[in-house]
Amino acid sequence: MNAAQKNTFDAPSPSLSAGLGALLRRDLLLAYRHRGEIANPLVFFLMVITMIPLGISPESAVLGSLAPGMLWVVALLATLLSLDSLFRSDYDDGSLEQILISPHPLYLIVLVKVFVHWLVTGLPLALLSPVLGVMLYLPEAGYLPLFLSLLMGTGVLSLVGAIGAALTVALRKGGLLLSLIIMPLYVPVLIFGASVVRSAIEGFPIAGELAVLGAFLAMAVVLAPMAAAGALRISVNG
Amino acid sequence: MTHPNAPTPLLELRALSCERDERCLFAGLHMTVEAGDIVQIAGANGSGKTSLIRLLTGLSQDYQGDILWQGELLSHRRLDYLNHLLYLGHLPGVKKALSPRENLAWFGGMSHGHPQIKVDQALSQVGLKGFEDVPCYSLSAGQLRRVALARLYLTPARIWILDEPFTAIDKQGAERLEALLSEHAAGGGVVILTTHQALNITGVKQINLSDFQVDESYYQARDGFIGEGSL
Repeated sequence: MNAAQKNTFDAPSPSLSAGLGALLRRDLLLAYRHRGEIANPLVFFLMVITMIPLGISPESAVLGSLAPGMLWVVALLATLLSLDSLFRSDYDDGSLEQILISPHPLYLIVLVKVFVHWLVTGLPLALLSPVLGVMLYLPEAGYLPLFLSLLMGTGVLSLVGAIGAALTVALRKGGLLLSLIIMPLYVPVLIFGASVVRSAIEGFPIAGELAVLGAFLAMAVVLAPMAAAGALRISVNG
Repeated sequence: MTHPNAPTPLLELRALSCERDERCLFAGLHMTVEAGDIVQIAGANGSGKTSLIRLLTGLSQDYQGDILWQGELLSHRRLDYLNHLLYLGHLPGVKKALSPRENLAWFGGMSHGHPQIKVDQALSQVGLKGFEDVPCYSLSAGQLRRVALARLYLTPARIWILDEPFTAIDKQGAERLEALLSEHAAGGGVVILTTHQALNITGVKQINLSDFQVDESYYQARDGFIGEGSL
């Protein structure tokens, strides 16, 4: 082998931004191609909230007091519904193996995938929530806090959910297990998220509770992709 | 065995053994891979071919023994190794909702980035000219496989690890692939592949995993005779 031949194999180190950009583009494109499936959690959110006045009571006093908790619980369940697909299709068609052997940090790759997941589920849920708040007679003071708390809260839900999705991706029927793993971790987010809205309605300052949600988010951004990356390696190894 | 002045082999396996589900697939596997080698891993179904392939890609780390990349432990130089690696598993890794061009653009971005024009050339090389923008779910199994194989025309990677690359490929395509593999090896690259097909390439190194299977004494030594009654 002479020097000229050797040079052809001096592969340039792949650029991290190009790699993550390609993944982001691909996942967004896939989300767009599967937009029917992507809309599922949103439709679920819409349907459940529409049913509540029919099933419980159409009275504004009753609905108004239920609204903060209801909106939060249903948004949480809608996110949970969508989690299973986070790594599933990549696992099934072998793309996940390719992702794992790419020379990029898995932490950032998971972060990109979770970001896309949040962009197509969490963000639309947060944007839609004030409209559904109107349907449930949510007092006016609650709209902005509801939106803000869901904006941050759904981020935490997606990030923490990614750990469960990564742990169960190799199991044929991981759906129930995923819920069992993730539900306890969702409880604090639900408590603080719903209480932000309730405090705002009752006229208390909400900065403190929002800050707690923000702290959850910061912690989840730092820790959850790491756990999910480890779980993915275990799932693919097995 | 090796000459003191001999160059370090690109890849070296030392006393490699692999266990799965309490069963030892192979043990004591020694192998050196130099630039220009084509290594065919043979063995019966279930003899651990895919497991060995997964050890070599670093996807799985359940092994005893050492894997050395350019003379250093693979686990220490993982990133450098991955920069030189191209792996095609038995799942093609092709997204069915995307077109072949979009799939390859993604592969390119994740590994080394190749320009659009080369993607189209690669697709015509594997006989997919005219299918560049067709969604992959409307392609046949063989064509899906060809989308994955098109990466071989694009990659600057030196080490190619291919798990059953000839699956679902027609005769003509298989001949093309063989030609490509020997060309890669002639240029100083390395190909490690599993296949049940007899390869029409000269100078293929054969590793038969059946030669590295263990007998009863291995388990007795491992379990310290305790499990003898229950075995």
